[in-house]
Amino acid sequence: MKRFNRRDFLRLAGGSTLAGSTLGFPGLLLANTRKVVVVGGGVGGCTVAKYLRKLDPGVDVTLVEPNRQYTSCFMSNEVLSGDRSIESITFSYKDLSDKYGVNVINDRVVGIDAAGRQAQTAGGVRLAFDACVVSPGVDFKWDAIEGYDAQVAEDAVPHAWFAGLQTVSLRKQLLAMPDGGKVVIVAPPNPYKCPPGPYERASQIAMFCKHHKPKSKILILDPKKKFSKARLFKQGWRQHYGFETDNSMIEWVGLKEGGKVSALDPGTRTLTAEGGSFQGDVVNIIPPQKAGKIAYAADLVEGDWCPVDKRTFESTRHPGIYVLGDASSAAKMPKSAYAANSQAKVAVAAILARFAGQEPGEPTYVNTCYSIIAEEHGISVAAVYKLSEDGKMIQKIKGSGGLSPMDASADHRKREVTYAHSWFQNVIDDMMQ
Amino acid sequence: MKTTVRHLLLAVLAIVPVAAAAGGPSAQALAFTCAGCHGTDGSSVGPSSPSIAGMDPEVFEDAMLDYKSGKRSSTIMKRIAKGYTDEQIKAMGFFFYKQELRNQPQSTDPELVALGEKLHDSHCEKCHEGGGRPGDAGTLAGQWMPYLEHAMADYLNDERPWPRKMERKVKAAVKAEGERAVPALIQYYGSQQ
Repeated sequence: MKRFNRRDFLRLAGGSTLAGSTLGFPGLLLANTRKVVVVGGGVGGCTVAKYLRKLDPGVDVTLVEPNRQYTSCFMSNEVLSGDRSIESITFSYKDLSDKYGVNVINDRVVGIDAAGRQAQTAGGVRLAFDACVVSPGVDFKWDAIEGYDAQVAEDAVPHAWFAGLQTVSLRKQLLAMPDGGKVVIVAPPNPYKCPPGPYERASQIAMFCKHHKPKSKILILDPKKKFSKARLFKQGWRQHYGFETDNSMIEWVGLKEGGKVSALDPGTRTLTAEGGSFQGDVVNIIPPQKAGKIAYAADLVEGDWCPVDKRTFESTRHPGIYVLGDASSAAKMPKSAYAANSQAKVAVAAILARFAGQEPGEPTYVNTCYSIIAEEHGISVAAVYKLSEDGKMIQKIKGSGGLSPMDASADHRKREVTYAHSWFQNVIDDMMQ
Repeated sequence: MKTTVRHLLLAVLAIVPVAAAAGGPSAQALAFTCAGCHGTDGSSVGPSSPSIAGMDPEVFEDAMLDYKSGKRSSTIMKRIAKGYTDEQIKAMGFFFYKQELRNQPQSTDPELVALGEKLHDSHCEKCHEGGGRPGDAGTLAGQWMPYLEHAMADYLNDERPWPRKMERKVKAAVKAEGERAVPALIQYYGSQQ
């Protein structure tokens, strides 16, 4: 006689009204029948999906992501310099399904019913869950710069802050630019994803121009007084790109110097900033940021970001929903790939503890972030974090972390480039391979 | 025999649950944070950060304590190591010791590999047993070659203290085969799966 296992039973019992059925049979819900829906296939979402299945193959995990392939933002500045191809940062979700048994659905979650424990997709599918992980990344505040919107970004002035078509389009614009041309990068206000990103971008474009269009200039217009890894970037720029000399390839205009941009004339690629008008042959605007769309649709946002219990990454607004990565309020961790990967593991442990009826364990978090200034010049920032005594803050462990040293040897800088590449390979592998 | 006894002892120690610290994060939680650079469960997919899966727990502990104190030079590891207590480091060491090491293939030059094997047998095997398999002198077999290059450069430039006897042995190998000796050894280790 064929024996039914609980899973078969629940499948039959659930049928088409699955949403209600899980609540209807609480006594039968052992750990191996729990359902988790993961919204968003970036670093946070993929890592959660893989690690849930790795630690408990009995958990049913569905990952919903509208893109068929993943293109990483990290290392996409290297596509701009021509140091790597867009294909080299594009990956399939196949391993998540084939190796880890994650149900990967090519769709978009448009609503989450926290009380009814189900997520709804644009394709009309309703997915029941015991826990839902929301890791949608950032969205842009399109009303911040007059004359700049999603259409202009697509047509003429790419943001290239999600890697993909716009990265390729910005690269093409750089290739088409005459020698002696001017590139203007508009940096965003804090907080935003990848704090050193705009400055690494300027470095990578300078690296390209130095070899192929040496008379060109790169101007960074910035609404901030200071920026991530600034001393290290400036030292690298002095070393490689004549920074602060008469012939400087890179110029940085901060808040005090009038770097805050209010408008764009897309036809002439002219920017209006507090310090005057700036025209560019290539203009790249990285708009101000907020949590991704679904976070708003699911009522998970306060201010611009999603507040969470930092021990578990469970939303403080809706229990059972976990928000991590760039969209979460995870101060003082930065919005970075490594941070999302680290937060995902904290969330996985908390979800599995909850399923087992246990209290969540003590969390631990790490961030490591590399920037490549020139071919053999890498720099990094790192920190090990713990939950503060009052549980409200993710704080750096005293004495840990910090930046690469100033005035380091050429060999030190060169090694950090090879470590940056190892970091890239291993983050991708750890999240989805 | 010595090695077998040691492995048995470590195996016994490894099954005793290690409390990283009362009330603190578990060894697994701590070790999971290393994956972004050292690979899932410590098997790095390269090219420069070493695999630490299957590593001898004492080698792990010594390395982390030396990074922490600054005795061993590094770019980033000293900044990371300072985030952990000595007990947490010990617990992470046992976690990685229990993980299966999955090596990735690396392309090598057969001629250098053959020379490296010869040099290894006469100068290195006594401490790095089994062709440099994971043991109390570290993991060399199958290790990422760019990492081994960095490590050897640090020894040769006196930026990392030589373990007992190693300076004499490496210099004897260099005397025998000249500039090719160190690259050959690295290629030999990198060629192993």
